[in-house]
Amino acid sequence: MKTGRLALRTGAVGALLALTTASLLVGGYDITIGNLFSDPAAREMFFISRVPRTLALILAGVAMSVSGLIMQMITQNRFVEPTTTGTAQWAGLGILVTLIIAPNTPPLTKMVVASVFAMTGSLVFLWVLRRVALKSSLIVPLIGIMLGAVVSAVTVYLAASFNLLQSMSAWRSGGFSGIVRGHYEPLWVVGAITVAVFFLADRLTVAGLGRDVARSVGINYERVIFVATLLVAVATGVTSVVVGFLPFLGLVVPNIVSLVRGDNVRGNLPWVAALGAALILLCDLIGRTVVAPMEIPVSVVLGAIGAAVFIALVLRQRRHAAF
Amino acid sequence: MIEFSDLHKEYQGQSVLGPVTGAIEKGGITSIVGPNGAGKSTLLTMMGRLLDPTGGTVTIEGRDVFTTKSRDLARNLSILRQENQFTARLRVRELVAFGRFPHSQGRLTEEDLEHVRASMEFLNLTALADRYLDQLSGGQRQRAYVAMVLAQDTEYVLLDEPLNNLDMKHSVLMMRQLRRAADQLGKTIVIIIHDINFAAAHSDRIMALRDGQVVTTGTIGEIMRDTVLTEVFDTPVKVIEVDAKPIAIYYS
Repeated sequence: MKTGRLALRTGAVGALLALTTASLLVGGYDITIGNLFSDPAAREMFFISRVPRTLALILAGVAMSVSGLIMQMITQNRFVEPTTTGTAQWAGLGILVTLIIAPNTPPLTKMVVASVFAMTGSLVFLWVLRRVALKSSLIVPLIGIMLGAVVSAVTVYLAASFNLLQSMSAWRSGGFSGIVRGHYEPLWVVGAITVAVFFLADRLTVAGLGRDVARSVGINYERVIFVATLLVAVATGVTSVVVGFLPFLGLVVPNIVSLVRGDNVRGNLPWVAALGAALILLCDLIGRTVVAPMEIPVSVVLGAIGAAVFIALVLRQRRHAAF
Repeated sequence: MIEFSDLHKEYQGQSVLGPVTGAIEKGGITSIVGPNGAGKSTLLTMMGRLLDPTGGTVTIEGRDVFTTKSRDLARNLSILRQENQFTARLRVRELVAFGRFPHSQGRLTEEDLEHVRASMEFLNLTALADRYLDQLSGGQRQRAYVAMVLAQDTEYVLLDEPLNNLDMKHSVLMMRQLRRAADQLGKTIVIIIHDINFAAAHSDRIMALRDGQVVTTGTIGEIMRDTVLTEVFDTPVKVIEVDAKPIAIYYS
């Protein structure tokens, strides 16, 4: 049992390293491990473009999958994540609003606005959820998807009215092709958030058992929900501004980890982060290679893979329990 | 002692409980009985500060449960509600360990682990420790929840229908284990129980509710009488003695 676990860990770390290396070496400009040392131009390209892109991928992957994990615990529902609760769509609306009101806003302000909008979105979702009597597990994400669709519709309408449709479609297709040095760094906030989640882990797991159990063991349930919602909002807001819309990652990753390891947040967190990073690196590699030298945005690949896994999960749930 | 005074709860102007005034004595097992809709769960969940009252107070050892810091109270009082449908996939061991949260804040010490182990053994769960909750039968799950509450190691333990989902054998075992917890560990246990005969056989006192009011509180001998039970349950009840123990007959 012990050696099996060790092998699994070694395998996971190995796979992540291999994907990271591949992500660093694949691309239009020919970079190999050899010419990194001999060719200064290749080296420069490597540090300006490749390294930031790979780091951005990893951080964004962690951000969205950890956000999904948090949201699934606090709503006690397996099917929620920032893009199925409207949170990410609200962040998009926030970005558009800054584009309309102050087109030259610095990225940091944009992130704050996007995070505030994302927080609003999450709170609206939680508020609607509290007022819905029928809480079958599929109704919950349906409500979120509908809320997200309404917000998206408003966003598109506003974007069309202000001639900003193009900027919004760039956001919508969340890609990493534009990521260079000096652009991705805010994503490090996600690292800080992951550390915060680690400290909050046990409280989140207990919150996942519901308000009554949490209160019975003396946890301030409302505060845990608020802090968790805030962390998700900031992670989503920052990721939205830097990268864009990344669907399904927060859904697929925590669910796979939960299938294998159960739902103890503290133990699962490193796995969720690692698998999130690995999956997005893989999707990005697929997007970069299948139509090279062109690129398919990572959100499109994620959408295709994620939707398939989502359906598989729904079918699995159906077999296990009536809802 | 748990004391409540003028405690009442209304939903949209409809009173479901009280105002009631009364007390649960320290030590032993007190069973709360009464027909459906009498307000038993409402009373218990308010005593356990899971439900805010419309008015009135609840104190435990003189401390107001609604104003005392929840974390401090959690070392003194634990409560298990009736419906527990957890979607989270946790192992029995992990669930029981969360009962230690008020003491450890998540960082389990040797002492915490000992409590977890003892509490699982107490409820015959040791063999199931590494199973996920969704792999257990309803009765096993119910025992796991009770083990979590016992691991919290509080002086006061409130349980809403702990015999839910348990078959005859496990109902008796559960009551014996609660009896042991009261006698050997000196806990004060308050349970809501459906079967008046189970209540009579295993508890020290009975509090009877009807229509949102406390009808009477007393020892087994005081409550297990034809007139008292007939009034409480609003149906003819006859008490007979079997092996010198009172048994209520209400099937005819």
